[in-house]
Amino acid sequence: MLASRALRLVGKRAISTSVCLRGGHGVAKVEDYTLPAYFDRRENPLPDIRYVQNLSPVQASLKEKEKGAWAALSADEKIALYRISFHQSFAEMNQESAEWKSVVAGIFFLMGLTGLLVLWQRKYVYGPVPHTLDPEYKQKELQRMLDMRMNPVEGFSANWDYENKQWKK
Amino acid sequence: MSLPKPLMRGLLGKRLRFHLPIAFGLSLVAAIAFKYGVTEPRKKAYADFYKQYDAVKEFNAMKEAGVFESVQPSGE
Repeated sequence: MLASRALRLVGKRAISTSVCLRGGHGVAKVEDYTLPAYFDRRENPLPDIRYVQNLSPVQASLKEKEKGAWAALSADEKIALYRISFHQSFAEMNQESAEWKSVVAGIFFLMGLTGLLVLWQRKYVYGPVPHTLDPEYKQKELQRMLDMRMNPVEGFSANWDYENKQWKK
Repeated sequence: MSLPKPLMRGLLGKRLRFHLPIAFGLSLVAAIAFKYGVTEPRKKAYADFYKQYDAVKEFNAMKEAGVFESVQPSGE
């Protein structure tokens, strides 16, 4: 009799502590980026949420009026309703800008910088070129190419006049 | 506020009917231009070269220039 009463007390305390554990401290915080977002994209014409989330009293009353007959709305009210739901119209969001000029200018500038870098590198970092690029060596190479009649039909040796030992005019 | 209803159907068909004949025509022109601008002159160049080609004479000239490994110029 006494033992069962004691057990009932322990049981009640156990239940209350487990409720305490669950009460609001185990839930994760909801981040902004996980909620549906609004963005103007041509590919996604109907965003997940309205543009204006916190309606002013005027806008709220307009939304109430929208629940009735739409023919009763004036043109300005219809435009106001549109602007509540959307930020930019398709015409506005598809507007061309002059950004491409800055982009092209940036491209050319950076290419110029890279060219300067490469020039400096060629002068101060790289060692001398192989001896096979000396003019005398290149002359001997050319003579050898003509001697072995390289591309005699349409290409290299076709332009050399073997009788007169000169390039064909 | 009353705009005409835009075209909803047949957009791909319309585009194909316009662009496919042009594409075929241009490809045909490119092929014909390549044939008569490149391959025919090349065939003629090879034919003309080999009409007057004396292989032995060319071989001797190359031998004297010393480009061969198996045959030495007549001097050595």
